[in-house]
Amino acid sequence: MKSPAAANDEAMHLSRPLPDDEELVDQVPFHFDVGRRTFLQLLGSGLLIAVSTSEKSNAQERGGRRGGGQAIPVAGRLHIGKDGAITVFTGKVECGQGSRAELTQAAAEELRVAPDRITLLMADTDTVPDDGGTAGSRTTPSTVPAVRAGCAAARDLLIAAAAKTWGSDPAGIVIANGSATSSDGSRHYAYADLAADEAAAQTLGDTVPDDVTLTVIPEWKTLGKPLARPNGPDIVTGTHAYPSDITRPGMLYGHVLRPPAYTAKLVSIDLAAAEAMEGVTVVRDGEFVAVAAPNSWLAREAGAALAKSARWETSPHPASNTLSEHLRTTAHDLPENPHAEETAAAKTTVRETYTIAYVQHAPMEPRAAVAEWGADGKLTVWTGTQMPFRVRSELARAFKVSENSVRVIVPDFGGGFGGKHSGECAVEAARIAKAAGKPVKLRWTREEEFTWAYFRPAAVIEAEASLDVDGKLTSWHFVNINAGGNGIDSPYHCGKKHTRSVGADAPLRHGSYRSLAVTGNTFARECLMDELALAAGTDPLAFRLAHLESGRLRDVLVEAAEKFGFADRWKNKAPSVGVGIACGLDKGSYVAACAEISVSENSIKVNHVCQAYECGKILNPQNLVAQVEGAILMGLGPVLREETTFEGGRITNAAFSRYAVPRFADVPTLDIHLLDRPDLPSVGAGETPLIVVAPAIGNAVFHTTGRRLRDMPLRLG
Amino acid sequence: MSTPITIQFTVNGKPREVLSPPERPLLEVLREDLALTGSKYGCGEMQCGACSVLVDGRRQFSCRMPMSSAAGKAVRTIEGLAKQNAGDQGGTESLHPVQQAFLDEAGFQCGYCTCGMIMTAVELLEKTPAPDDAQISAAMNRNLCRCCAYPNIIAAVRKAATIAEESRKSSREIE
Ligand code: FES
Ligand code: FES
Repeated sequence: MKSPAAANDEAMHLSRPLPDDEELVDQVPFHFDVGRRTFLQLLGSGLLIAVSTSEKSNAQERGGRRGGGQAIPVAGRLHIGKDGAITVFTGKVECGQGSRAELTQAAAEELRVAPDRITLLMADTDTVPDDGGTAGSRTTPSTVPAVRAGCAAARDLLIAAAAKTWGSDPAGIVIANGSATSSDGSRHYAYADLAADEAAAQTLGDTVPDDVTLTVIPEWKTLGKPLARPNGPDIVTGTHAYPSDITRPGMLYGHVLRPPAYTAKLVSIDLAAAEAMEGVTVVRDGEFVAVAAPNSWLAREAGAALAKSARWETSPHPASNTLSEHLRTTAHDLPENPHAEETAAAKTTVRETYTIAYVQHAPMEPRAAVAEWGADGKLTVWTGTQMPFRVRSELARAFKVSENSVRVIVPDFGGGFGGKHSGECAVEAARIAKAAGKPVKLRWTREEEFTWAYFRPAAVIEAEASLDVDGKLTSWHFVNINAGGNGIDSPYHCGKKHTRSVGADAPLRHGSYRSLAVTGNTFARECLMDELALAAGTDPLAFRLAHLESGRLRDVLVEAAEKFGFADRWKNKAPSVGVGIACGLDKGSYVAACAEISVSENSIKVNHVCQAYECGKILNPQNLVAQVEGAILMGLGPVLREETTFEGGRITNAAFSRYAVPRFADVPTLDIHLLDRPDLPSVGAGETPLIVVAPAIGNAVFHTTGRRLRDMPLRLG
Repeated sequence: MSTPITIQFTVNGKPREVLSPPERPLLEVLREDLALTGSKYGCGEMQCGACSVLVDGRRQFSCRMPMSSAAGKAVRTIEGLAKQNAGDQGGTESLHPVQQAFLDEAGFQCGYCTCGMIMTAVELLEKTPAPDDAQISAAMNRNLCRCCAYPNIIAAVRKAATIAEESRKSSREIE
């Protein structure tokens, strides 16, 4: 097996910008300590078709239909028990973003049952369809329609079966409360009857038709309304088992020996002291060294004994205080501004550089996995990941077994934010379990999470734009080094535009993060717009409006500005407070924010954020507000304080005491305005609300202090 | 390696005896020896509050509380909050007002911080039955929520205070 260090190397030096589908949103499922047989018993009898293990779930055929688009039988999407119990299957996960409620609503709506009649089984790769990873805000636009289609198809089968039984015309049959009723109201045929009727039940094996009719918005009973998280009671009583809570009979606790620096290579190690400890198993497989012990205290003691004897060789690694220089000098093919002519003819040209530090997701639950090898050689892993099927592949590759011999189960887990796309902890746990011959739980420490998980990529953004005598944009040149091209296109009208994303030699392993590069690109663009407005002698709102077509972005900008009273508050400056505005778009949704801040002794306090947000038709307003608020508040961290620092190949602030994330005391007044657009398809909302926080605050700092801060986190001192 | 010793304490009213090295954190004993996994690990350095439990009525970060300090003490965890209703074999539970309020106000997203938040709020409301928002935020500030569900958490604590006040009133009326 590959050492974690070597495995990390591969992912770590992704020097090219990340493609769009590396993006993600958070989610998780539960259902852990039941074996499949037990599970089937729990479902009760009825047709069950597991589509995920069939050949057609291989990645190639899935391509292009991620998110739940692959053609599957109705019974691959849901199971109807003869007792009428309905279990809906999805490959999506729940990690706080609200997919469990939303997908439950989607199913209930089309089946015409109350949401509490539905059990949503999420992300058990042996049972559910591969709906793609929980990433890129794809659950709402892709998986909600897929679940609706599967459930609508089941509803149509119910009508057909009832019509056949009664020998009547399906047209007059009405479905409500999980039962078909004949046109004269005298007869009823429930989902349980369908499951019990052998011939009718077989029809559940039919493929979900492409043209199945979905319920139209005016008839919605469940979608479009608030629904609380269905397993909320388990959360507040502490009974929900997160991945780190899973326990298996005979289970041991793992601990992995970590190199003292990213570049360290193991030269020698003496395993004897750890091996001599009672109950301890030591695993060494190349550079991978780990232990398993009956409890985590002992596992740590054994790990400490290993660390004591380990000798490492390290080589140089760049430090965070030279990061921007490093990225600029190692950038691949940094382009020149192609608009020399426009720049020469311009009244004014503004040319600035913006930088974005490395930050981390730091989900509340660090990576955790419980791995168990069955007597038949089958590997089962319970873990918190946004990519259950990708982690299954990762495990199959690591242990050279077929994907069918690996089962990944993802209980609803403690936060993802784009940070849990990978399965390294699952692989480590499985490697230790293989050596120990017993199930093993491995839960990373906070320090491991801060060091060995991946980071939101740092960026250097170089931008240059020019204005004519009328204050109109004539050219726009914008280059993102290292972080990627998401959200790099400017929505503003401008004669000539040139945007490019280029890679660099990235010193840290990077990967997805809520909105990924969009945050940095939006920060730079929206700060630059303010700088240009100043150069043009207009106010930031008027300058933006002068360069925006009518449409969804303009609508949210106007809404936020009006609700906040921006024009007035900007012009009639209050003493010692500043206001700023910004807008942007990502993944099909549109956002604008106004912020009010105050400054004392070089520290920035955010007092108020007013945000307008539009993501098409709203599916669950209560959850949407929670996502918007959470994104804004999470976004405050990298604006005000968060920055991963490193030196000599070590993270120097791998702890919450040194890496300060937002707390209660940071919460400003939040004032959220959602624009519902029933005429537009629903898109995901877990990411986009974050992107305008930084520039709105940066612009507010300039407004009150006259100082333009171009490096995130923003620092006055 | 230190030698395990026998330590007695109570957890949620039940006497418990464990054999453990005295330095081992209470959190690990609760989770690994007593199968009480409601209290979570978030940082191991008293920075996040996910491991919060009440020890003799006071909130403690169990990740850094050595077992030796828990000896002879009464520990209360999230598992001990809900009341098992009398005469009910099936075990219907009445949620503690703070649990009920977190449920009503959706005071969580992923929920990983929730048990720690609830335990901290229980301590706060026992000392300050009607806190204002500033008091709530100050008392809860050592608990982290990475989902940043802070506004709903504050609303939940406020609501819990109201529920508790109402039930005090109604029990006074009954008397
Ligand atoms: S785990 Fe104890 S305070 Fe974070
Ligand atoms: S709800 Fe996810 S950490 Fe608080």
